[in-house]
Amino acid sequence: MIEARGLTKRYGDKVAVDDLTFTVQPGIVTGFLGPNGAGKSTTMRMLMGLDAPTKGTSTINGRRYADQAAPMREVGALLEAKAIHSGRSARNHLLALAATTGIPRRRVEEVIGLVGLTGVAGKRAGGFSLGMGQRLGIASALLGDPGTLILDEPVNGLDPEGILWIRNLLKALAAEGRTIFVSSHLMSEMALTASHLIVIGRGRMIADVGVEELTRMASHNRVKVRTTEAPRLRQLLAGNGVVVTPTDLDTVEVTGLDSAQIGIVAARVGIALIELTPMQASLEEAFMDITRDTVEFGTSANTASLTETEGALR
Amino acid sequence: MTATTLRPTSAGPTLGVVTQKRVVLSEWIKLRSLRSTIFALLAAVVCTIGLGLLIAALRANQIETNGGFHPGPDFDATAVTLRGVYLAQLAIGVLGVLVITGEYSTGMIRATLSAVPRRLPVLWAKAAVFAVVVFVSMGISSLIAFEGGAAFFSGAGIHISLSTPGAARAVLGAALYLTVIGLLGVGLGFLIRNTAGAISALFGLMLVLPPIANALPSSLYNDIDKYLPLIAGTQVMTTVGGGSSVLSPWAGMGVFTLYAVAAIGLGAVVLKRRDA
Repeated sequence: MIEARGLTKRYGDKVAVDDLTFTVQPGIVTGFLGPNGAGKSTTMRMLMGLDAPTKGTSTINGRRYADQAAPMREVGALLEAKAIHSGRSARNHLLALAATTGIPRRRVEEVIGLVGLTGVAGKRAGGFSLGMGQRLGIASALLGDPGTLILDEPVNGLDPEGILWIRNLLKALAAEGRTIFVSSHLMSEMALTASHLIVIGRGRMIADVGVEELTRMASHNRVKVRTTEAPRLRQLLAGNGVVVTPTDLDTVEVTGLDSAQIGIVAARVGIALIELTPMQASLEEAFMDITRDTVEFGTSANTASLTETEGALR
Repeated sequence: MTATTLRPTSAGPTLGVVTQKRVVLSEWIKLRSLRSTIFALLAAVVCTIGLGLLIAALRANQIETNGGFHPGPDFDATAVTLRGVYLAQLAIGVLGVLVITGEYSTGMIRATLSAVPRRLPVLWAKAAVFAVVVFVSMGISSLIAFEGGAAFFSGAGIHISLSTPGAARAVLGAALYLTVIGLLGVGLGFLIRNTAGAISALFGLMLVLPPIANALPSSLYNDIDKYLPLIAGTQVMTTVGGGSSVLSPWAGMGVFTLYAVAAIGLGAVVLKRRDA
């Protein structure tokens, strides 16, 4: 179990991580989501004791990482694709890490096989592709057979087969009762692996929810209605927080009412409804929606609201 | 898909616990698994032996062609045979820096410090492994350079051996000098973290400081020059000369060692305090 309490990291004036409090439970895959620059990597480095928090604390199984007597058996981490000396072979890299904690050579060969690097284990890591580097990083994380895994963007650079492999691996490890904390900036990826999500933006907590709950949270009760009397229905429904947007000659989208309420109103005045469809936002849309205001390097579409504010100030 | 795991079947009570001994073993694996280490050590060996023998042969030949005329009591044949150390120090100093900065430039340091979160055991282990490897390899090299050089000189009628006063100390001192300059590099590597910066600092301290100090008024220069790292550290390789303008061989080595201790001490503070 990973626990962060008020975790904060400041670099000069810039707040990279702002007062994050969360708990990562064992037995499931927890996704750590946020746009690039949201503070995911910094948070993970603080969990691993590599960066000192400006404020706050974090513990893994009740202990600060630096106080773990057997760190590699408690926690395995993949922090950057290449936390590997480029001049050393994959096998020697793993042997050196294993030696710090008395892990036998047999286990080194085992993880090399597990991540599929057997053929290249004797080669210098400097010549590895991004995907092979990721596999080697995952091998080092698994060396101590730890109960907790912290992985920063593990699918980065992996080919589709590799992505599928890591997805299944993480699920299998979680099913064994381990704590799995995986960061990504891709909601679609997390939707397939994680069952719980911690979403941050600009260093701040945005959501700490189950995957299903997040979808519900972000879909604003949009209902698509097709009817022969669109203008009349629109007049009837609009107002009081209910917005009706025509999307076609005979179609409107209603926000603020659910499909049952719309159906009852229409039936009462005798409007025939041809179609009545509740619209669920996809997880991807949900993510975009809740992080929209916090994107660090937004494109013009995302900064439109900023332009409007400036216009208003003028 | 099965997640192959290591259930603690043969688990002793210390399974997975980080100990200083284990970190030393880890650093030993790291040191010998890099080609750059092997090359740098090889270069230092070749410089110490090759250059030492070459210079000794040239000097012996010069004395012989002069009709056996002895160059005088100030001639330090032992120091001549160890002159290759001056070139070898570049390779060893750079290696000392690279052992540390190579981890920072590649990102390896994050893997290292994740494995050993208390951090300082890494510094002690790196310094110890590096010091032993350099001391042993350079001790053998300077002994070979000395014995080979002595053979050339004996042909010219100048007889030196390990029993010549100061000679054994000078040979041992050459290995010590190289070990300490390497450790100075290790300390600066932890302190500065950047390869170019740490190498500049190391050789700035060693080679650039003396001529700058030399430009000071002589009343000032005479007080400080003997404490400069290069001048203090190299006294141990001489068997003739000395006097009040320089420190005694072991006092000089002591001062030189203090520079390395200071660098490693500051490096330790930075390693412990700063984000990796």
